[in-house]
Parts: sequence; structure tokens; C-alpha cells
Amino acid sequence: MFNIERWQEIFESLSKNKLRTFLTGLSVASGIFILVILLGFSSGIQNGVTSQFERDAANSISVWTGVTTKEYKGLNPGRRIQLKNQDFNDIVEKYDDHLEYKSPFYTIWGGLVNYKNESGNYRIQGVLPDNQFIENADISQGRFLNHSDVMGAKKVAVIGNKVSQDLFKGEDPINKDISLYGINFKVIGVFYDPGGERDESKVMMPITTAQKAFNGGNDIRNMTYTVKMSKNFDDAVKLSEQVSLGIENDLKQTHIIAPDDISAINVNNTLEEARKIYSLVDTIKAVFWFVGIGTIIAGIVGVGNIMLIIVKERTKEIGIRKALGAVPMSIVAMILQESIFVTMFSGLFGLIAGLGLLEIVGPLIESDFIKYPQVDFNTALTTVFVLVFAGAIAGFIPAYRAAKIKPIVALRDE
Amino acid sequence: MGANSLHVLKGINFDVKEGELVSIMGSSGSGKSTLLNILGMLDEADEGSYTLDNVPIKNLNEKIAANYRNKFLGFIFQSFNLINYKSALDNVALPLYYQGVNRKERVEKAMYYLDKVGLAPWSHHLPNELSGGQKQRVAIARALASDPKVLLADEPTGALDTKTSHEVMELIQGINDDGKTILIVTHEHDIARMTKRIVNLKDGVIIDDNFVEQIRATQYV
Repeated sequence: MFNIERWQEIFESLSKNKLRTFLTGLSVASGIFILVILLGFSSGIQNGVTSQFERDAANSISVWTGVTTKEYKGLNPGRRIQLKNQDFNDIVEKYDDHLEYKSPFYTIWGGLVNYKNESGNYRIQGVLPDNQFIENADISQGRFLNHSDVMGAKKVAVIGNKVSQDLFKGEDPINKDISLYGINFKVIGVFYDPGGERDESKVMMPITTAQKAFNGGNDIRNMTYTVKMSKNFDDAVKLSEQVSLGIENDLKQTHIIAPDDISAINVNNTLEEARKIYSLVDTIKAVFWFVGIGTIIAGIVGVGNIMLIIVKERTKEIGIRKALGAVPMSIVAMILQESIFVTMFSGLFGLIAGLGLLEIVGPLIESDFIKYPQVDFNTALTTVFVLVFAGAIAGFIPAYRAAKIKPIVALRDE
Repeated sequence: MGANSLHVLKGINFDVKEGELVSIMGSSGSGKSTLLNILGMLDEADEGSYTLDNVPIKNLNEKIAANYRNKFLGFIFQSFNLINYKSALDNVALPLYYQGVNRKERVEKAMYYLDKVGLAPWSHHLPNELSGGQKQRVAIARALASDPKVLLADEPTGALDTKTSHEVMELIQGINDDGKTILIVTHEHDIARMTKRIVNLKDGVIIDDNFVEQIRATQYV
């Protein structure tokens, strides 16, 4: 391998046979290039879909209510079902083992918020401290709500980044007072939300405060829980389904609703949705791998084919070399070393070209479903080596056979 | 070999001493090329023995045969058999590469032999830029490069016109004058007459084997 004389011999024969070298290299480089692009976009799709789910916790169960549509136990249809604090607490108590974060919501849609001369309409939500994790919100300044804010029904608020930008125009909002329908609240924190602007146009306060300030009494609009994740995704999905079903049945019982009434109580389980999407992503990944492996196989066959032709074309040269005293192994080694060098070099070239293209084009793609297309460098490098190795094996057989041919046969004039 | 083996040589018994210039003659199918191939270790005899420079040549594996060819033998072919993507110089240097000689020495030696055949100015030309006679002279330089015991020439003038043939023969005679043992397979009488001994083959046996008065090729040139 490290014989300089042989390398000189190889470079000479490569540079004297430029077209052959170029064609071999091209087939390998394009195979790797295509594979890298495919894998890049498969990971891009995966990233895109995953980021769609980062908006909120992926394992949440949301409960909201509507109007009954069926007569049940002497009660008329058309009743509006109102959730109360008691409903929330009952569920927390009953399913405590399985639930991680929980929060009820008391929501004012489009509440008017003022700071000095600035004003805007934002969603105002009374929540529990756990909501930070349910929403996947990040605190950029100050703090989120805490237990004592809730217990004391303090007039404090955490505002979304958008609200902060609109009302405070770059001013530090912490400890400033904003006014909601004439009631002053002290801003204690600003949050970011991966859900984007829509989720950042919110003002959150303790649920107790919201209920008191806006005449909510014990009413809550809806409630959200997250299920504790177990290691096994399928188990988590199953548990999540069971809890959802349990909650639905319990609420129907307390509120006297027909078991088959589908609009009075709504329970939405995101984990089930997530599972569908993830299995779609897995399918896409599998398809890309399948195509990629197909490409690699085509590449290997191509390299093997070219090797066969090269050996065939060089049979006479091999005969001459043998007549001049080349031992068979030196012939095999020469051809193999040459082919490995070409496939390796062009494989790496294809790899770098592919990675380069992804690097340049990746950031330009503006689609919600493809984000940061990239390839794990090790995976790509492994495929290059697989290709080189397989190409070498494919080349070894004809090279070995050629080296076995008697020189007189190889030298025979046709 | 196929399923039908063909007995080409049917008992050949002869000796060549050092410094001889022998021609092996015969019509096509007489077995002269087969004999040369056996002598050249490109092929192996089914029976009998072959001793080269006191070394018995038998049961050779490929590797040993290759080493013997490299050390003892130089080949000259009818169709030259130069490697067409290598320059004249690199073609001549090739046997030295297989001897493990380093590059600098290879170039020096190859240049020396190219000069000897009168082609030093053409050292960097590719074979297809040379005439037939020049190609054969490159091939002769290549055969000489490894300083072999014996030169084996298979119809060395078969692809050349008469004038060029005589030039090549003149070169071969010169090399023989320096003491090199040379065997030439040919079917041309005038070429055979330029050697010192003629062995006539017919149907796989030697029909006569005579020392002759050598005719110098210079007479024709």
C-alpha cells in the first residue's frame, strides 16, 4: 500500500487513461451524491415534522366542553356543559399517578390590554404554573407564575414576546403595570413559545386571579394534562388513550351526559396524533433509505462492471507485464489499488459535493415540512466506504482471473 | 487447455550453449512457437526436463516462473507488445520495476539501452508515435534491460519490411557479438541464415540441426 513506486505506476496509468478514470469516478461520485441528497431531505422532513410538534408538549390531553345533543335521564338536549374547578381537581386526584403537568384555563378571547398609550387585543388566560411546560414556553425575562401567585390570587401577568414588543417597544417590561379592562397587573415575566407569534400573543395570569377579576367564579373553559412518558412509545400511547377515555367517562357521569353523546365533552389526545405523524415520518425515512440503498447497489454494479471492462481491456497489458516478470499478486494489487483509489477519491468528492449543496440550499428552503436538511457525516462516510469496499470486491474477481491467465493466452494476437 | 489436448511437440532434445545465436525454423504448426513458449516459461511441457543455467525448470508456480522470467529471460515478440500508454523509456524500464530497481536507476539503465538501440532521442515518445522498426528496437531494449541470460525472439521481423528486418537483425547480431545467447523463431530463410545455427522442426520433431556460416545483415543494409 505504501510503496511509492507502485503509486507512481498507478498515477501514471490513471493519468494516461483520463476518460476511463473520469467515467469510473463519475459513476461513483454521482451515486454518493444522490444518496447524500436523499438522506439530507429525509432528515429535513423529519426535522420539519418534529418542529411542528414542538409547539406544545407532544403528550398532552386537552378537555373542553360543548352542548349536549342527546336527551339523557330526563334532561333535555341543548344544555351547555360548564367545567368547574371541582372537575379539574377530581381528575387530578384520580389520575395523579399517570399525569405529569396539569392546568385548567380560564380564557378571555381578545382582551384589551393597555400600557401607557399603547394598546392591543390579546388572548388572556388564567392558568397554573404547570402551563409553562404544557405550552413548551421559554422564559426570556423575569419568571413564570408560581404557586404563591396562584394561592394569593396576585395581580401579576406573564406576557408573550409579541405582546412585549407591541406594548413596550423595547422598554424593559418587568415590574411595569399593564391594565386589562381597567385593572392593573404587574408584569413578572416574558415568554417565548416555539409555536411562534400566535402563541406569543398571549397574557397569562394565575387562574385564581383571572376567575376573580373577570367574574369567572369557579368556572373553567378547558383543561390540559400531560401524561407521564414511559420509555416505550407504544405504551405511552396506550396509557394516554386509557386516561383520555377515563376522563371522558368520569366527566359524562358527573355532568349527566349520555355515554354516546360526542359533542358535550371533547377529549383530545395529541400523543395519538403524534404517533400517526411519526409513523409517517418513519415510512418516508424507510422509502428514502430504500431508494438510497438501491442507488448504492446500482453504483456497486456500475463500478464492478467498469472494473470488468478495464480488466478485459488490460488483458494484453497484463500478459506483457507477466512476461516481463510481474507476479500474479502484484497484478491483482495494482488493479485493486487503482480502483480503490479512484472510487475512494470520487466517493469523497461526491460526498463533499452533496454536503456542500445541502449546506447552501438547506437554509434557502422555506417550507414548514422541510427544515435543516442535513446528513449525519458518519453515515455518509460509512456509505462511501461500503461502496469502495464492494467496488473492490467486484473488481477483485476479474483482476484475479486476469492474473491467472497464462501470458501466452493474454499475448495471443487476435 | 481444452478437453482435447493436442500433442504439438513429440520429443525434442537439444542444447544451446552460452553465446549462441540459434534460429528455430519450421512451417506453421510445426511446434516452433510452442517450443519457444516452453523455453520462455510462458507454457509448461507435459513431459521431459528443461534446465536453464543449471537450474531445473519444473513444477513452477506462477510466482517463481515470474521471477525466473524476470531474471533469466528477455522476450521479443512479432507484434512488439509494448504498453501503448507508456513512453519508450517507461516501456524499457518496466522489467526493472519488477526487479525492484529504484526509479532513478531504472531511468538511467533504460536510457542506456535505448541509446544502445539508437533510440535515445525518441525516449519520451509513445509507441504509436514510432515506426514498426523503432517499436521493435524499443522491445529489444526492453528485453535487454533486465540483463537476461537468454533472449527469446518470436518472429521478430514478422511484421517488418525487408529493409527494417535487416536493421533489426543487425542489432540482434550485434547483441550476440557482445556474448548474449539468443533464440529466434522464424520461418524466413534469409533471417535464419543470419544466425549461427539453424534448427529445423517439422510436426513436432527436429528434422535437422546444423551450424551454418553466419551472413552479416550489414551486407544488405
